[in-house]
Formats: sequence, structure tokens, C-alpha cells
Amino acid sequence: MSASAANPREDLIVCPKCDAAYALVRPAPGERAVCHRCHTVLITPRRKAGVQIIALSFAILVLITAAAIFPFLSVSVGGARNTVSVLDAALAFSDGPLIVLSLTTAALIIFIPLTRVLLSLYVLIPIVLDKPPARHAAQAFRLAEALRPWSMAEIFAIGCAVALVKISDLAEVGFGPAFWLFAGLVVLVVVQDNFLCRWSVWNALGKPAKS
Amino acid sequence: MERARQAGEILNARDLGVVACTRCAQVWPIGTRACNRCGHRVYHRDVKSLQRVWALWLVGLMCYIPANLYPMLRTRTLLTVQESTIVGGAIELIEYGSVGVALIILIASVAIPLAKFMAIAFLAISVTRPSTVSKNQRQLLYEVVEYIGRWSMIDIFVVAILSSLVQLNVLVAISPGPASLFFALSVIFTMLSAQAFDSRMIWDAQRWRKGKKDHE
Ligand SMILES: [Zn+2]
Ligand SMILES: [Zn+2]
Repeated sequence: MSASAANPREDLIVCPKCDAAYALVRPAPGERAVCHRCHTVLITPRRKAGVQIIALSFAILVLITAAAIFPFLSVSVGGARNTVSVLDAALAFSDGPLIVLSLTTAALIIFIPLTRVLLSLYVLIPIVLDKPPARHAAQAFRLAEALRPWSMAEIFAIGCAVALVKISDLAEVGFGPAFWLFAGLVVLVVVQDNFLCRWSVWNALGKPAKS
Repeated sequence: MERARQAGEILNARDLGVVACTRCAQVWPIGTRACNRCGHRVYHRDVKSLQRVWALWLVGLMCYIPANLYPMLRTRTLLTVQESTIVGGAIELIEYGSVGVALIILIASVAIPLAKFMAIAFLAISVTRPSTVSKNQRQLLYEVVEYIGRWSMIDIFVVAILSSLVQLNVLVAISPGPASLFFALSVIFTMLSAQAFDSRMIWDAQRWRKGKKDHE
């Protein structure tokens, strides 16, 4: 496979959005290479980004697990009281065909973010340690990138705010520990996404394994 | 910032006889079948992509209609069972005085989905015929559609939170209506439709028209 006729053009970089081609000049850490036609950011290398992202990923991993299990919100009217976790909320559509929606919701707010974190740890740890890429690391990173639009933890967080306003005059609402964990989680997920220079990761994955 | 500049006019990859992997951006000579770095299929332009865009668009639109006709929420109190659709629920909220939340819901579940259908249709049409809207604006429109599409799921999450939280025995209980399923499907299919659109076609359109000669 590696001996196939085509060799990649390492001297060029092409904007994935608008197909503009440029001679590749690597920006220094902290600088950015931007497509001049559509302003897509092409390369944003950062010193120590790998280590920071790995640290963030572990934090996200812990937060997702905790946020999914601990009580998230509680509501009380008169004497009646109900406490739910994020998983309970995701599995609210338990009625007949709506079970499909339950599974989808659980995937969007818990399992897809979780999968992305695990995949990025799998891909990034060997790179940061200067080891050859893990087996199938390229496929793993490709999957992580494909899942990106389907990871909706931050949308769920805004959904909570809307739901709380909707019922605030109907009932007394209380926040469980998971609510604050989840709020922290959303911040970390957004930061992690913006830290990652995809070009640098792909570049590292493209290198043949060192001896 | 100025690093990627090239003197003079910006060239398209196809003019240089190369093609970039849409997944990992590795550049290959034209004619390469699959990306050796990430394994993704490499294609110059996906000619079938517009058909896929339209098919997914249509499914999304068809799901959006029942999403608005069926009830989204079913609220059961001691004496009454009340069902409300997306728009009906928002109107109720306005009557109760929470205009802000009603606006968020109307924008997220009515205005944005409708604007999204129109934007995707416009983009798909604009790459096949002369367009008065500049390429930069259309690229921006595409990015906005891609970014905002996911946010329509907010209504589904609100329904999920409400119906799991408000289960207070005999006093009051909220459960999801069939519209929630259709609405979620509609959001998912429009997201897929937007993803199927190859935004590089926006930048091809000029050349395509020139090549077509005086057809009209
Ligand atoms: Zn570009
Ligand atoms: Zn590739």
C-alpha cells in the first residue's frame, strides 16, 4: 500500500472549504495560517498544545462520567419531589417508538462526547510522547473528526437553561452536583476543540513510524 | 497570518493538478483513489453530492411538517390533559409573560429550521446556475448553516429535561409527544444534507459556467 505510485505533495496545502492551493509555509508556534479566500484557519500550531489537550481530555472524561451519574436537577411542588440525572433526562422518551429518540439523545449528550475524548487520547498520547502513532490512529482521528458535529453537550446545557425558565413558576427547582460538573464540562469541551490544530495532528500521523 | 500567501491570483487545487483529501487535507496528485494517510476516499468533485443534498433535504422537510402538526408536549395535571405543539407552546409562554423564552423557542424551532431549508436549497441551486450572490457570501452562508444546524436540537433537549423532571405523581406530569421524534429526525436529516454539500463547488461555479458556453 505504501509503495503505491502516488506520492503526497508535501509542499502544498489546500483549503478544505474552498479548494484554494498554497505553497506550504509552516507558521511558527502561536501564529496562524489562514486561507486568503474564505478565511478558514488552516494551521494553528501551539507549543505544548498536545499535553494541554491530553490534560483537558482526562478532565472531560472524569466530568462526563460524574455528570452522567450524579443527581442533575431536582424539582418540587408542594410535597412531591423528583430528582433526575443527565441519563434520566436522555432516557425520557421511553414511550413506544420514542425509545429511538432516547437512545439518540443519550448518544448526542454523553456517548459521542465520551467517544471523541477516548479517541483523541488514543491518538494524541503516542504523538506527545514522541512514539510512533498508535495502530489505526489515522482512522481513529478521522472518526473523532466525523463525530464532531454530533457532540452536543453544550447545546444540552443551553436546553437546561430554557427548561428551567419554563418551569420556574410551576415548581421549585434545585441544582444537583452534576449540574455544576456539566457546566464545567461544556467549557472544557469547547476549549479543547479550539486548542486542537488538526493539521499538526494529521501531519504527525502521516510520519512513518520511527525505529 | 500572512504565511500562506502566494503571489498574484489564488489558484484552485484542480488547476495545479492536485486534489486534497476532504477528511485530513493531505494533498495528492489528481487521479489518486484513496488517501494513503487516513484511508478516506479522495474525489476531485463529488458529482453525486447534489443529489444527496436534495434527497436528505427533502426527507428533512417531510419530517418537519408532522413535527409542527403533532403535539410536542403532553402536560397532565390533576384534572386536565393538555397537549401543545411547538408554536402553540410558544404562544402559551407569551400569554404567561415569558416572552424571552418564547422567542428563543420560536427562533430555534421555527425560524432557524425554515431559514436552513431555504439556505441549503439556495446554495444547491446557486452552484448550478449564475448567481448574483458573491462566492464569499455563499461560503459564509454555508458555514452559518453548518454551525447553526446543530442548535435546533435544543428543543428536543428541553422536552427531554422537562419530561424526565416533571414527573410528580398525581400532581403534574409532562411527557413527550410524537412531534419530538419527527423534529429530531428533521434536524438530523438537514444536518446530513448540509454535510453532503461540497462547499468547494461554490468556488467552481464560475469555471463551470464558462465551460458550458452559450447554452442559454
Ligand atoms: Zn479557503
Ligand atoms: Zn486523508
